[in-house]
Amino acid sequence: MNKTDDFILETRGLTKEFKGFTAVSEVDLRIRRHTIHALIGPNGAGKTTVFNLLTKFLTPTRGTIAFNGRDITAAKPAEISRMGVVRSFQISAVFPHMTARENVRVALQRKLGTSFHFWRSERSLHKLNDRADELLAMVGLERFTDAVVADLPYGRKRALEIATTLALDPEMMLLDEPTQGMGREDVELVTQLIRKVSANRTILMVEHNLGVVSTLCDAITVLQRGAVLTEGTYAEVSADPRVKEAYMGKAA
Amino acid sequence: MKKTFGYLILLALALAAPFVVYPVLLMKLLCFALFASAFNLILGYGGLLSFGHAAFFGGAAYFTGHALKAWGLPTELGILAGTAGAGLLGLAIGLLAIRRQGIYFAMITLAMAQMAYFFFISAPFTGGENGLQGVPRGMALGMFDLSNDRTMYFFVLAICLGGFLLIARAVHSPFGQVLGAIRDNEDRARSLGYDIERYKLLAFVLSATLAGLAGATKTVVFQLASLSDAHWHMSGEVVLMTLLGGLGTIAGPAVGASIIIALQNYLASGPFAAWVPVVLGVIFVTCVLSFRRGVVGELRAFIRRSF
Repeated sequence: MNKTDDFILETRGLTKEFKGFTAVSEVDLRIRRHTIHALIGPNGAGKTTVFNLLTKFLTPTRGTIAFNGRDITAAKPAEISRMGVVRSFQISAVFPHMTARENVRVALQRKLGTSFHFWRSERSLHKLNDRADELLAMVGLERFTDAVVADLPYGRKRALEIATTLALDPEMMLLDEPTQGMGREDVELVTQLIRKVSANRTILMVEHNLGVVSTLCDAITVLQRGAVLTEGTYAEVSADPRVKEAYMGKAA
Repeated sequence: MKKTFGYLILLALALAAPFVVYPVLLMKLLCFALFASAFNLILGYGGLLSFGHAAFFGGAAYFTGHALKAWGLPTELGILAGTAGAGLLGLAIGLLAIRRQGIYFAMITLAMAQMAYFFFISAPFTGGENGLQGVPRGMALGMFDLSNDRTMYFFVLAICLGGFLLIARAVHSPFGQVLGAIRDNEDRARSLGYDIERYKLLAFVLSATLAGLAGATKTVVFQLASLSDAHWHMSGEVVLMTLLGGLGTIAGPAVGASIIIALQNYLASGPFAAWVPVVLGVIFVTCVLSFRRGVVGELRAFIRRSF
């Protein structure tokens, strides 16, 4: 394996300006394959903007993004999803009026290539039920397969979201604050889940909970005011006085 | 099982109806039920408020009228021509409108429908203010004389049943699943790899085509295509029918259409003829204020609560 192959995702000079305000400035991000990488930083540091740039929900003002050595700067969100980069959202992204099984099945059915077939019966999707139930069991939702998702508790919705993402068998998962707004028990549950699904995958997550970051992540990038402050392992980053200052400065 | 039985009873009623009720009224009812159901496909299942569906309904009416009267096509082909024309019109308007959402989508569809309306006023083949009159009903399959109202009724019933079945199937199809997902959470559907605009466009074209089928059939029934079919009032009326019956329910729009058509018919012959718009307005306000799920939606919720 040569050096460029080692990084699954690479950005160069990634910049996003909103009407004179620079939200993200010259970010060079390199995500090593098969690692869990965290993006942290105080509020307003541009984490979510970077995230939206990577997943193509925003278009960068300047800079390039490469996935597996291929330039995806101009790709559309649905395209990169089909390439194997699948994101989650800050608020739980589920289809509330569908059952848990249907949620996962919607992700599975794309591969059948019948998603435009309006004349075909829904029963043609039933062959995906076993796989859907398997994925639901993997995230501990086996008892909720037929529950309408709107009625599920928050932690379960996030678990379902992960199951739905897994259904696409993505090479890379981008998780936007996966434990945000959760009680301690749910945080524990989701942390274990992320570790479980990280096998043979690359995960990039934005996360506020430093406990989660320290237990899960192999590499951490700290953002401040839209630019990279420092990078390294948790031990390296947490020892950096500039990181402490960035957080304390914000708090003061 | 219970459901199948229910549908069989409905079918039996539909087959017996023309021997009890005036067939032309029933046919009008069927056409509007199909129109509203087609509209529901894009509003109820696609989550897009189109304010221009009169263009498809009225457009198909003119296309079919012209095909039957000027070209002398057989009735079935004439209806097909009108339906296809509405589908193409739907594709053209859809391509322009589908990237917009909410009020912008509604406004673009309204504007496009108004352009279609002015085209129909000024185009030579439409008969302008007088409409396209004396459209021949012709024969069905070359052997059933459609000038007989009852024969015509069964012909219309077959067309509309076909339309309803197609709508019900589309809602419960792999496509319907994706459409439901898009309506529930657009960004998530996109992040799962779906090009949501294409799905919305297909839903819009399907809806326009079936609205066209309804308009085309209505032309044959009344032997007339008129400006009122393409007027924005018609776009508003179909919204009312769909909301009144129940948004996003299979049977709702048909029920809503039946109520409105029956009311209009009943009131038009009484002393309150001039008050029809007021009555409809009151119904609309009551519906929006106190039973938003519509007749069928509320009924379904009631049954779920009680059993």
